[in-house]
Amino acid sequence: MALLDFFRQRKSNSAAVAKERLQILVAHDRRGGGPSYLPQLQRDLLQVIQKYVAVDNDAVTVNVERDGGQEILELNIVLPD
Amino acid sequence: MARIIVVTSGKGGVGKTTTSAAFAMGLAERGFRTVVIDFDVGLRNLDLIMGCERRVVYDFVNVIQGDANVGQALIKDKRSPNLFILPASQTRDKDALTVEGVGQVLEELGREFEFIVCDSPAGIERGATMAMYFADDAIVVTNPEVSSVRDSDRMIGILSSKSRRAEQGQEGIREFLLVTRYSPERVQRGEMLALEDVQEILSLDLIGVIPESSAVLNASNAGSPVILDRDSNAGKAYSDMVARYLGEDLPHRFLSVEKKGLFGRLFGG
Repeated sequence: MALLDFFRQRKSNSAAVAKERLQILVAHDRRGGGPSYLPQLQRDLLQVIQKYVAVDNDAVTVNVERDGGQEILELNIVLPD
Repeated sequence: MARIIVVTSGKGGVGKTTTSAAFAMGLAERGFRTVVIDFDVGLRNLDLIMGCERRVVYDFVNVIQGDANVGQALIKDKRSPNLFILPASQTRDKDALTVEGVGQVLEELGREFEFIVCDSPAGIERGATMAMYFADDAIVVTNPEVSSVRDSDRMIGILSSKSRRAEQGQEGIREFLLVTRYSPERVQRGEMLALEDVQEILSLDLIGVIPESSAVLNASNAGSPVILDRDSNAGKAYSDMVARYLGEDLPHRFLSVEKKGLFGRLFGG
C-alpha cells in the first residue's frame, strides 16, 4: 500500500474543508449561544425605546461576539423612516 | 491553598481521563502533593486508567453524603507517594454532586494538597459543570477533528460564564489548549486539521500537543498513566506539558513528519 501511495502522490484536502466548515459553524455557535440575559435585555431595550419612538417589535437586535479575550456587545436599533 | 485544574472537552473519547491521569502523575513526580478526582458519576474510569480499580472502597459521592470521610475515600497511588485518587461513584446518579458538597470536599482537599486535578465527564451536564465550577485553570482537550473542535469552543464559552470565578467577578479561569491524537503525517497529506488551524479557531494558549501513539492504549491496558512510559512520544509530550504548566518554556515536539529512509517510504513504517 505504501508503495502505491508513493507513486500516486494522492493529495486529499479534506482538512481545508474541515477548517472552512468549522470557522462558519463556530462563528454561528458563538452568536447563537450568547449569555442567558440577552433575550431579556433585548425585550427591556425594546420597551424603553418604544416609550419614545414607534418602532417595530423586531427593531432591536442584540449580539455578543467573542474576539480572543474580548467580548463585544453589539446593539442594533432600526428606527422608522 | 491548592490550585484547582479542570480537564475538560465537551466531546467524549478525546483523552480527558488519559490526560488527567498523566498530568496528575507528572505533577506528583515533580514533588507536588496532588489529588485527581473523577467527576464522571455513574461511569467512572479514572480508577481503571490509574490502575487502582480494585482498591476502591468509598467514593466521591459517599464523601459528599457523609457516609465516609475524605481520608477513607482517597486511594494512595502505589508509584508516587505524592499522588492520591478520589474515585467517582459507579451507582448513584449525577445529581448527587451539589455545589455545596463538591465545594466542601475541595476545600478540605485544598488544605492537604497543592494541586487538585478534576477529570470532567463528557457533555455539559451536572458532572461536567461541577468539575469546572471551582476551577482556577482549565485544560481543554481537543482532537484535530471537527466535532471535537466545535465542542471545545462551546466549553470555552461555558468556562467563561459558569464558574465560581465568573460569578464572583474574579479574574477568569486560565484556559489552555491541549491537542491530542495529533498525526503530522495526516496533516501533511491534508487529511487532518493542522495545529495552527485548531489554534486559530479556538484562540487559546497551547500547553501541549500529544501525538497519536500506540503507547496510550498500552498504558490504559496496563492501568499505568502514559507519562510513565518515558520512551514513548506521548509520554514525553505529556511530560513537556506538565513542565509548561509549571512555567517552563519548552518548544513543542512531534509536530512534523519524521524522515523515513527509502525502505520505510516504500514499505511503510
